[in-house]
Parts: sequence; structure tokens; C-alpha cells
Amino acid sequence: MKFPVYMDNHATTPMDPRVLEKMLPYFTERFGNAASRNHKFGWEAEATVDHCREVIAQSIGADPSEIIFTSGATESDNLAVLGTGRMYSKKGNHIITVQTEHKAILDSCAAWEREGGKVTYLPVDSQGMIDLDDLRKAITSETLLISVMMVNNEIGVIQPIREIGAIARAHDVFFHTDATQGVGKLPVNVQDMNIDLMSFTAHKIYGPKGIGALYVRKRKPRVRLTPILFGGGHERGMRSGTLNVPGIVGLAEALRLSVTEMESEQARIGQLRDRLEQGLRAQLDEIYLNGHPQHRLPGNLNLSFAYVEGEGLMMGINDIAVSSGSACTSASLEPSYVLRALGVGDELAHSSLRFGLGRFTTEEEVDYTIQRVSEAVKKLRDMSPLYEMAKEGIDLKSINWTAH
Amino acid sequence: MAYSDRVIDHYNNPRNVGSLDKNAEDVGTGIVGAPECGDVMKLQIRVEEDRIVDAKFKTFGCGSAIASSSLATEMLKGKTLDEAFQIKNSQLVDELSLPPVKIHCSVLAEDAIKAAITDFRKKKG
Repeated sequence: MKFPVYMDNHATTPMDPRVLEKMLPYFTERFGNAASRNHKFGWEAEATVDHCREVIAQSIGADPSEIIFTSGATESDNLAVLGTGRMYSKKGNHIITVQTEHKAILDSCAAWEREGGKVTYLPVDSQGMIDLDDLRKAITSETLLISVMMVNNEIGVIQPIREIGAIARAHDVFFHTDATQGVGKLPVNVQDMNIDLMSFTAHKIYGPKGIGALYVRKRKPRVRLTPILFGGGHERGMRSGTLNVPGIVGLAEALRLSVTEMESEQARIGQLRDRLEQGLRAQLDEIYLNGHPQHRLPGNLNLSFAYVEGEGLMMGINDIAVSSGSACTSASLEPSYVLRALGVGDELAHSSLRFGLGRFTTEEEVDYTIQRVSEAVKKLRDMSPLYEMAKEGIDLKSINWTAH
Repeated sequence: MAYSDRVIDHYNNPRNVGSLDKNAEDVGTGIVGAPECGDVMKLQIRVEEDRIVDAKFKTFGCGSAIASSSLATEMLKGKTLDEAFQIKNSQLVDELSLPPVKIHCSVLAEDAIKAAITDFRKKKG
């Protein structure tokens, strides 16, 4: 076993060596600029990009010309929200999104509001799911875009994308989904799901960082975007900037591999995740699952360990890389807004750990994690005044705490 | 963020973890913080003739909060109540090399010390 054990595959993933191998020639001998129209270096790069576009489009049921390469999902999200908003502002200025979206969407929506637009932030239920009736009710004649993430990055909850797509289509509203955590892990077809725009990135699927894409529907309906980057007019004018050819090669190969191996890989990861959850529950009481028990990504496990603070817990398992919804791990000193949106109490949000299992996670690592986390939680509970009070039968909610 | 060696030492080998009988006449108890803020400290002292002869803590919080309360119990032992009341959070910050974002942990420990002393004095009337 290699240390530290990596259990943070929602943050990023290691590159698959097969992806790296495909990319390497494009840093050195095949270094051409895909926009160079008058020599072999450029033609070769362009042909490579065209081929990659096809591979990517095929993986999501799109047409190659509908793939816009970006620097990653953050840029794709920014472009989807602000690009459609600015293009169609005469038609309407209302965007609908969800409280648990990634900051790349929420901050884009905040920017849209500063430009005078309107945004509705749909709530989620205690398991992280949106209510489709809430969505229907939120749509007005001014609504131009619905943006709902496919899979939540913290709690792994999978939203009903197909149903949302149908609602958006019926109301003649564009539908964008941030599929950063979904593409390559769940079956995705932009036609069947009525998706008009979709963000994704390579580094969550064992590809390189710094390359992503935005799917932009070209027909029925055609989606147009006002660019947010200006320059050479690349990517049908929607995203200027020299194409990152090695990155594009990496994205295409990473996606191809993920889609090809999806069924067996996700089944294996799901079994490991269940082993982790059951193993922890066998050792510890008062563990709470954050998110939905069924509608969640196989690699995700977000648990709250009552009476133990998340950052303190992470310090006790410092040879295992995980992340926490605890305020102490964030710059803002606020606990996770995603867990808050679910109605998880702040004390349990502070007690949460996110385990992200992936392609290279082994059973041995899972068993080691069970053992280490259980030991650390037990040790910290022995040290926890809250655990002591709870065991004495004191209702912690009855105490008049001094917030600070 | 990397922890200082002193914080790691107190986290791995916390001094004086435990509880004293909060109803005993010679014990003062301070509980400060709030679960929803991510840290709660319980600090207890046992006093003989105005001098702290034992100190125990239990803390729900991050490594720096645990280390701050662990160090506080070490500092308390042997001090008179007046001396203990003078302990400043800055002493904990220096000893543990706490970064700015963790200073509130030391403030909480100072509050816990004062709360425990106040509780004891209240009992004595």
C-alpha cells in the first residue's frame, strides 16, 4: 500500500498512465498550433483536435461541432451562465439554479445578478434532491436558462437530469448541467436527456488538469453564446485562445477509457464504497449519511461522525487524504453550504468527512481506512465533552451554548 | 495547512484528558464554545487552599483547539487562582505557534480557564 492513501477523488484524480502516454508526443514533436493553416505542424494538430472532438462527442451523444474546448469546468460553467445570459438578455433575464451547485455556477449567477439579471436558487430536500414541482413553479416567461448539476461534488447526489431536461424543453428554456462529477461515471446522452449545454473536465476522470469542455447544442434548439474570452475567434467564436492540443488529447482519451470501462469500473468502486460504509458502521455508532442513499455516485461517501470535529478527525488520519465539510478546513470559517442546504445541523456539518473512491482505490486501502478512521473517531469521542454529555443523557440542544 | 510540532505533540499525546466530579465542592468547571461553531471545550480544575492541584479537559474541535486546551491544563497545575486568571491566550499562541486563523482556539481556552475559576469561586460563595 502506498501512503498517504488517496480518498479524495472528487477533488481531482491521478492521471491514468494510458492517458499520459497518448499525450506525450503532443508536447514535443507534434507541437503544432491547430490554428496554423499553412503548414504540416498546424494540419496535424488540427486533425488531432478534430479526431478528439469526434471521440468526445460520441461519448456523450453529441455532434463534434458542438464541443467547445475550455480551460476546465469552471470556465465552462462561467461561459454557460454568462454567455447565454448576455446573448439572450433581450428575451429574458431569469436563470434558475440550485442552492447546492458548485461555486463556479453560484458565483456566475451572482455576477449575472450584478448585471441586473434575476436568479432563483431552488432548495433541496434533506437528501439533497430538488423537487421538480419547485422547478416547474419557478419557470416564468422571463426564464432563459435552467442550470442544475448532474452530480454534487460534496455529497454525490445525482439529480433527475432527464426529467429536468424534459421540463426545460417543454417550457422552451435552455438547460445547462454541470456534469463535472458525472461525465465518464454515469451514462450521459445529451439527446435523450434534452441537455442544451454541459460542462465537464478531464482531471476528474483520470485526465490532465487545465482542460475541459462545454457542450453547446447546435440544432433544435440552436444555442448561441456571447463569449467571455476575446481574441482569435477559436471554437466558432465562442472561446478564443490557442487550443491546448495535448490537453485535448488527454481529455478525449480519459473520456474514452472512462466510458468504455464505466460499467465494470463503477460496479467495482460502488462495492468498495459499500464496504467502507458498512465497515465503519460496524465499528462506530452515530454515523450519519449525508446525501441520498440510492441516488448517488458509486465513488462517493459523505458521513458525519457525531461529536467529533472534522478537521480534528482529519489530523488523526493524516496518512489518508479525504476532505471535510468542517468550517475549519475552509477559508471562510463557515461549514459546508451544501450540507446546510440539506438542513444538516452545523454541528454535524462540522463532523463530516467526504470519501472519494476512484479507479485506483484498492480493497486493502478501504480496509485500512475503516480501521484508521474508527480508531481516530473512538479516540476523539473519548476526548469529546459532547459525547460525554450525550452518553449521560443530556440533550445537547437543551444547552444554552455561547456562540463565538 | 501544516501544524506545528507542538500542536501535533499535544494532539497525539493529550495531557490530562478526562473529567472531574463537577458537583464536588473543590472542583470548578468551565464549558465554552458551541457545537455549531465547531468547538466546545470543557475545562475543570480541582483547588486546594487557593492552589490548582489538578486540571482536566475534554474538547470537541480541531487539532489546535485540542492542543490549546491540553496545554492550558498543563499550565494551570500548581498555579494559584489569581495566577491562573492572568493566563493570556497569547501565551498559548506563542507556545503552540498557532497561525492567525487558529487564534480563536487559544481565546476559547483562555475563556475556559476563566469560566472554570469563576465557577469554583461561585461555589465557594
